[in-house]
Amino acid sequence: MFYRENGQFKTSYRADQQIFPITQDRWAVLALIGFAAIGVPLLADDYLKSAILVPFLILSLAALGVNILVGYCGQISLGSGGFMAVGAYAAYNTFVRIDGMPLIVALLSGGFFATLVGIVFGVPSLRVKGLYLAVATLAAQFFCDWAFLRVSWFTNNSSSGSVAVSNLSFLGWGINTPTSKYLFCLGFLVVFALMAKNLVRGAIGREWMAIRDMDVAAAVIGIRPMYAKLTAFAVSSFIVGVAGGLWGFVYLGSWEPAAFSVDRSFQLLFMVIIGGLGSIMGSFFGAGFIVVLPIVLNRFLPALGSLVGVDISTAGISHAETMIFGALIVWFLIVEPHGLARLWSIGKQKMRLWPFPH
Amino acid sequence: MKIRNVALAVLLAGAGAGAFAQAKEQFFPVLTGRTGPVAPNATPWANGHNDYMKLVNARGGINGVRTLTEECETAYDTARGVECYERLKGKHGGATVFQPLSTGITFALTEKIPNDKIPMITSGYGRSDSADGGIFKWNFPLIGHYWVAGDALLKHIGNKAGGMDKLKGKKIGVGYHDSAFGKELLPILQERAAQYGFTLQLLPIAAPGVEQKATWLQVRQQQPDYVILQTWGVMTPTALKEAQAVGYPRERMFGTWWSGAEPDLKDLGQGAKGYSAVMMQHGAEPQSQVVKEILEKVHAKGQGTGPKDEVGSVLYMRGVVGAMLAVEGVRAAQDRFGKGKVVTGEQARWGYENLNLTQAKLDALGFKGVMRPVSTSCVDHMGATAARVHSWDGSKFVWSSDWIEADDQVIRPLVRASAEKYATEKKIVRRSGQDCQS
Repeated sequence: MFYRENGQFKTSYRADQQIFPITQDRWAVLALIGFAAIGVPLLADDYLKSAILVPFLILSLAALGVNILVGYCGQISLGSGGFMAVGAYAAYNTFVRIDGMPLIVALLSGGFFATLVGIVFGVPSLRVKGLYLAVATLAAQFFCDWAFLRVSWFTNNSSSGSVAVSNLSFLGWGINTPTSKYLFCLGFLVVFALMAKNLVRGAIGREWMAIRDMDVAAAVIGIRPMYAKLTAFAVSSFIVGVAGGLWGFVYLGSWEPAAFSVDRSFQLLFMVIIGGLGSIMGSFFGAGFIVVLPIVLNRFLPALGSLVGVDISTAGISHAETMIFGALIVWFLIVEPHGLARLWSIGKQKMRLWPFPH
Repeated sequence: MKIRNVALAVLLAGAGAGAFAQAKEQFFPVLTGRTGPVAPNATPWANGHNDYMKLVNARGGINGVRTLTEECETAYDTARGVECYERLKGKHGGATVFQPLSTGITFALTEKIPNDKIPMITSGYGRSDSADGGIFKWNFPLIGHYWVAGDALLKHIGNKAGGMDKLKGKKIGVGYHDSAFGKELLPILQERAAQYGFTLQLLPIAAPGVEQKATWLQVRQQQPDYVILQTWGVMTPTALKEAQAVGYPRERMFGTWWSGAEPDLKDLGQGAKGYSAVMMQHGAEPQSQVVKEILEKVHAKGQGTGPKDEVGSVLYMRGVVGAMLAVEGVRAAQDRFGKGKVVTGEQARWGYENLNLTQAKLDALGFKGVMRPVSTSCVDHMGATAARVHSWDGSKFVWSSDWIEADDQVIRPLVRASAEKYATEKKIVRRSGQDCQS
């Protein structure tokens, strides 16, 4: 009933191949983007924008990058935190060392340098697979940790090892209020999500998926494994690097290498696994789950506790949050190992037929 | 049935919301580290802070205005600290002042507080260059920062060696937390090393620091004459255990003020005997007047935040001192902007910049023998350079030095140079004389 696809005939290949072939879908997504761009800045308060939505947007972007590598190309990577760090520090150096550098160019240059590093650390993927590759990419993470702690050039010779940026502006608009930060990150996310979706729908995306499914067979039918794997690393690291730049510049403002530690890498990997491997939408679900749920738990557990008459200390809330979060991850993976995106697709499939059973 | 419950809940929520309007309260947010790698050390700090705030209420408030605290758990993680800041900064009529108890969070919040107009007290941590109030208008490293700690510690080591000139040719190892917190200590040590002719052996320890075998094997090989520790949380007891394992004498180990408290040494007991740490004026003060008052007016009434036996311990006292400075700044602001009124963040900032705590005032508050006078100004957001060193005798701390004054002649130029570098990077202009009066 919701998805009355009767009468929606496509008369050109272009129309048939669009991202959202069902009209309702198209309108829904446009409405969602419109609401995100216009409604949310008007309705949400500053705390929601700066503490929940901005990290959610930036980490969705990072999860998008990781999903391309892990979900679409099947190369397990534990080095995403390190690539985020490369993006952040490269963007910082470009921004600070070159006078008058526009912010967008600095962030994209961060992505570019992250691409280079990603390709270098992607070379082991030509030889090793699976968990062994995960260990090789873990080396990337620790190498980046070490480099940004020890090589003082990267931190502009700051004595404390901490770097800070301010006076961000885009085309004359300052990026210093929660609304401007939110819209800036939203712009990046929409552009990159569109780019990523089109990449995975195209030839290169199909090559990645072929390598993921059976790399020997893919090589037999003429897909070059080196090209496919290294492009996956390149595109993924670019997106993750830009996300790292945004995280440092827009969300934290001032950061040290610990902001991009191995915990960040694990967090991104979990987002992609919970959200759904090999799904653009899954990155958003996973990021939402992992970024927003702990904060929601943190804020509502005391209220919940007081309803039952139990007074929980802050330490208790923190521990409970970790336990509940862990339990939810386990539960989700048992209920739907393919992630939240799969649950969404099943729901949508049913919606397409409802109220008819088949 | 369900509708009735929902209606009841809505009614209760409405009633709760209405109650907020009436209270005349000064809101002090507390960013806690009750979980995570620094939990044993940060927990007493938060308890001391909250107990002192309760004591202020028991004494009648700040000219009648009651204090209100709310905690938010950061687990010593910068991103969570930033989220806690965003959550609490507008609550209960606006946060008066933040005390993040983490150098990483301090760096992140330094960028945000000028926009939000909320001051930040970073007593004994944070950016050492923020003592220069001409550039860092909203940061207040009251009564000490890392360069004061380093300088005082070096003076003490020099005194023990028989004079600063005896340090020439000696080797001092520095075991530090491999982060902004740890590295902040190094500039003063490097400056003094150049001046007095001793060499530094830098020993970075990766957070959280539970794995230090490699570091201490290096110490055993190189045999430095002294080792200074700039560690926090579980890193400190691990360092002392490893020192014990390689046989490095604890008498030649010195910690900065975050590396020498009961949680670090209690479990080691006799194994840490002889270890000293420099203290930011106070140490463990179970006999002080303020502790007695807290026990009497807060704990005796069953309102103590933490366990009673931690009252008076080193980090508990640090929380008490932090709370006292926060409250006295508000009191100073009230003297100017209106006694008995709730002050805004901007007004509190003026208060912290014009703090004049004489010995008489401190004694009246219960800090006799614990604190020395503090006096801040527009250019000096630190206010005092006094320190003392205490040592662990196996079961408690005993003072092993007199009052030491860190050398402001050396520290001030360093602070100014670092602040100027920050200002050029950020394109901040030094505050004018007029701005200082406001």
